[in-house]
Amino acid sequence: MTVAIIDYGSGNLHSAQKAFERAARESGHAAEIVVTADPDLVRRAERIVLPGVGAFADCRRGLDAVPGMVDALTEAVRRDGKPFLGICVGMQLMATRGLEYRTTPGLDWIHGDVALIRPHDGSLKIPHMGWNNLHPQAEHPLIADIPLGPSGQNAYFVHSYALTPADPQDVLALTDYGGPVTAIVARDNMAGTQFHPEKSQKLGLKLIGNFLGWRP
Amino acid sequence: MLKIRVIPCLDVKDGRVVKGVQFADLVDAGDPVEAAKAYDAAGADELTFLDITASHEERGTLLDVVQRTAEACFMPLTVGGGVRTVDDIRRLLLAGADKVSINTAAVTRRAFVREAAEKFGDQCIVVAIDAKKVSSGYPEKWEIFTHGGRNPTGIDAVDYAREVVSLGAGELLVTSMDKDGTKSGYDIALMRTISDAVSVPVVASGGVGSLDDLVAGVRDGHASAVLAASIFHFGTYTVAEAKAHMAAAGLPMRMD
Repeated sequence: MTVAIIDYGSGNLHSAQKAFERAARESGHAAEIVVTADPDLVRRAERIVLPGVGAFADCRRGLDAVPGMVDALTEAVRRDGKPFLGICVGMQLMATRGLEYRTTPGLDWIHGDVALIRPHDGSLKIPHMGWNNLHPQAEHPLIADIPLGPSGQNAYFVHSYALTPADPQDVLALTDYGGPVTAIVARDNMAGTQFHPEKSQKLGLKLIGNFLGWRP
Repeated sequence: MLKIRVIPCLDVKDGRVVKGVQFADLVDAGDPVEAAKAYDAAGADELTFLDITASHEERGTLLDVVQRTAEACFMPLTVGGGVRTVDDIRRLLLAGADKVSINTAAVTRRAFVREAAEKFGDQCIVVAIDAKKVSSGYPEKWEIFTHGGRNPTGIDAVDYAREVVSLGAGELLVTSMDKDGTKSGYDIALMRTISDAVSVPVVASGGVGSLDDLVAGVRDGHASAVLAASIFHFGTYTVAEAKAHMAAAGLPMRMD
């Protein structure tokens, strides 16, 4: 099985690759993890991961700057139904629009906007940075066998903007930061995490392992 | 609920871990990658590498150490020391750092903070503030010092904190140069004054001698995270002991 981590100039993907390789070993999945900017390789891969750090508009611009990549992604994920995982801004790019600095169109795979987090408690710091719990809203293979909820394991977040899906059914897990904040979205063969599974130690490696075995 | 982060700091020189007492008398104490792995296994919430001598010995930061650590530890990693240019930051991020801390370069050229934040995003730009108390009166005053605490700048620390946040710093690492290495606790008034003045998380640093110091940094200093080196590195306390102590004091901690 080939897993394509899409390289579009957004941050370090070497450590993400290492995390996926370790998760594959620990979960017993034979997977070749490839970091690539080649649209043909994305079309041929069995699973696709879209990472992303920085600002929404920069990431969108970066993705558009790779010739043929958005088309390849759309074919692989939307037409061929390959399992897809967006991470952080990679997850936010699944939305209809990003509102960071200016309005930027997303891929519109999950209807909704990516807007600034506004905690009810004004003393809470922005960015939302650090480890927080996940509160599942449904069952899903991606979060199987991971202890979640208030006393469960934590995931590592670092973000100031968050995706609020128009359809609440697209929200697989929330976190709490002065109010509910979307932590995982899932719809059909697509999923996305606002947190960084590749930086989330136990929880992260388990979730990546689950993604590698997911048969939507 | 968001957890308070415990961040062991590895001061690195020539590829080895050292910890200075008030930035002098460096004591060699280990391999940074092995230390990072041990902290990862012990439940550290993040790691920080500071190439403490880079600024005045004109050395680059330890890209190889960063890369080997990032390959082995699946937790957030901040790297600082001698970061002067956008290219320095890019190299560190490509080696596997999640955040890069800027110190002297931000003091000498404030626009660098904005350039870095615009290029890589606020979330990965930490500004490290080394401050010394210059007035104990009311209100207390602190001033920015550079080059390991040797050079005064005349810049008010709280004004500076506000300014770098407005330019795009996503986090502040605040070190009391009076307290660093003394094991007498954080400069709580400094931490609280800066934390209350800015919208971004503050990491408290400099002076931890006991586990109660860590609690005070958060409860009284309003820090979002606590950084310590010696107490962990010389085995005085483990990260797990620190987190258990902080949890017992009522702070939200990640005990996964």
